Amino acid sequence: MTAFTWLVPMVVVLPLVGAGVTLAAAGRTQVQRAVSLTVLTLVLVTAGVLLYAADREGPQVVAVGGWAPTEGIVLVVDRLAALMVIVSVVVTMGVLLYSIGQGRSSFDREDDGQSPLPVFHPTLLVLIAGVATTFVSGDLFHIYVGFEMLLAASFVLLTLGGTASRVQAGITYVFVSLLSSLVFLAAIALVYAATGTVNLALLATRIQEIPHSTTVVLHLLLLVGFCTKAAVFPMSGWLPDSYPTAPAPVTAVFAGLLTKVGIYALIRTETLLFPGNSLNTLLLWAALATMVVGILGAVVQDDIKRMLSFTLVSHIGFLVFGIALGSQAGLSAAIFYTMHHITIQTTLFLVTGLVERVGGTTAASRLGGLARVSPLLALLFFVPALNLAGIPPFSGFLGKVGLIQAGVDEGTWLAYLLVAGSVVTSLLTLYAIARVWGRAFWGQSEEGLTGAGPLRGGHHVALSTGLVVPTVALVAVGLGLTVVAGPLFEVTSRAALDLLVRTPYLFAVLGPELGVGL
Amino acid sequence: MSPNITYVVVAAVLVGCGVYLLLSRSVIRALVGFLLMSNGVNVLFLVASGPAGEVPILGEGDGGPIADPVPQALVLTAIVITLAMTAFVLALAHRAWQLGGTDLLDDDPESARIHRKAEANDTSDDETVQEAVDSIAAGFADEETGEERR
Repeated sequence: MTAFTWLVPMVVVLPLVGAGVTLAAAGRTQVQRAVSLTVLTLVLVTAGVLLYAADREGPQVVAVGGWAPTEGIVLVVDRLAALMVIVSVVVTMGVLLYSIGQGRSSFDREDDGQSPLPVFHPTLLVLIAGVATTFVSGDLFHIYVGFEMLLAASFVLLTLGGTASRVQAGITYVFVSLLSSLVFLAAIALVYAATGTVNLALLATRIQEIPHSTTVVLHLLLLVGFCTKAAVFPMSGWLPDSYPTAPAPVTAVFAGLLTKVGIYALIRTETLLFPGNSLNTLLLWAALATMVVGILGAVVQDDIKRMLSFTLVSHIGFLVFGIALGSQAGLSAAIFYTMHHITIQTTLFLVTGLVERVGGTTAASRLGGLARVSPLLALLFFVPALNLAGIPPFSGFLGKVGLIQAGVDEGTWLAYLLVAGSVVTSLLTLYAIARVWGRAFWGQSEEGLTGAGPLRGGHHVALSTGLVVPTVALVAVGLGLTVVAGPLFEVTSRAALDLLVRTPYLFAVLGPELGVGL
Repeated sequence: MSPNITYVVVAAVLVGCGVYLLLSRSVIRALVGFLLMSNGVNVLFLVASGPAGEVPILGEGDGGPIADPVPQALVLTAIVITLAMTAFVLALAHRAWQLGGTDLLDDDPESARIHRKAEANDTSDDETVQEAVDSIAAGFADEETGEERR
């Protein structure tokens, strides 16, 4: 018990309390905004302190209700968990400010459901609570509960307004999510049957004592569950169909957070439960297929949102690549790349929201000349887009270099194949982006864009400061990742080392006695 | 521990039937499939909890071996979550029925469009070509759906 452990549950408790308050204040926009922003700021500060504590003193552990790990749930915050919470809250804050900038006209039919409804703030806070739960949990079943929390919230967000296209997209998304959760739940049942525990630290010690064939079955089931959530090929088909229909802030927060929660669960289980495992080859192939298939999908898309959804899938492959390498360099680069990717994808989807406001559509073939109409918008798209493609000196480049270096260090032919695959994917990402850029931002528009935006409900919708400032801030955060890349890489490197040696985590949870002999 | 074979068979049958129903395009059938599957998984937790025993409450029972309470706690949580999810899917299905008057799920419009273009071997985004393709493809689509409805 250190001075900071009482902060651990706060990252979940604060958003949940905030959700309750904002729901009670559903009619009062100002109260909702103030509460949501305060809560997110507090969570950000808490996570920052926890990162400091975890970096200085090792993982911060709370046994909920005073129950020992054998019976109860433990919450654990190590460097990885703290980093993930921080970056999640930062992008959510950007999205929240953006949605506030959109203004509230919840019962405004002309606005085509683009404005947040009174349920938006509470649901977003529940989503953050669910995401934080999965990050800080040290218990497999508790992670499942966290998943379900964020899924339930995401269902509501995806189908906001209940229009035909959103309901259709929502049905696909809901069933895929439910199915993957069910696979995960079945895996938990089998894990309990095999080992008699669902605590991650205890599992790490007990899973070595069960037969190898049983371990492989458990491992595969968990992989299927997590990879579906993370949209790893061949379980990625649901993502590009469901994300693009939602309102811009919702798609942005989904793209940033939801798949990365699956990635986080993968990192956690791969390193803690199945170290030096036999399925790395399988994961490497999955990573390659995810990269290549994803980006080939992106290249043919006309709609900017769909193009971005496919690049999202594609770049999940980079993360899985780093995880599957299983080396310190690979994991470290994967964690760095995750943080970069969360920020960049969120930013790009927000910018696309701005494009939709100015141009009235996100279909690149119907846009044109946006760079002339709104140079600021062009700049806002250009910088994160190049960052995504991995042009130096942006953080995407640094993350990719880290991954490629880790792949070369590995030295097997499959690792080299993955390195080649990631280079090709980067180039194709650049192509996909250049294609959209050429159509939407250069050239002439058929409909004669005026910069004042299309007519909506009888008045022009221009780019307001409230929308531009949060987007600029997120673009700046993306650039800031480049500036702090050195220290950040040191932290992720230490996080990766901790994950690989496992002892800090196990000692912190089980105490020195139980952790001995690993 | 040797598992109770009845539970295993029941779980297998439930999950099997659930998968069959889940593959349907009807939202309600898929939902029933999901429910069957989650019940199958819940039974799996009973398998995991091992042999039945005394009530796991202090002061109750005759001092014999007690049942493992942890899986029961997990299953209760899972049941509650499934209930919430079911409520949401029912609402969603109702909304879909309100909007479209049908319970059947369509192909995603955008991927359907790209499919049509691929079949017509059209790589352009030229609107006039696209309209021609759309009109041809609409003919195909009518035939297909007509067949499905029958």
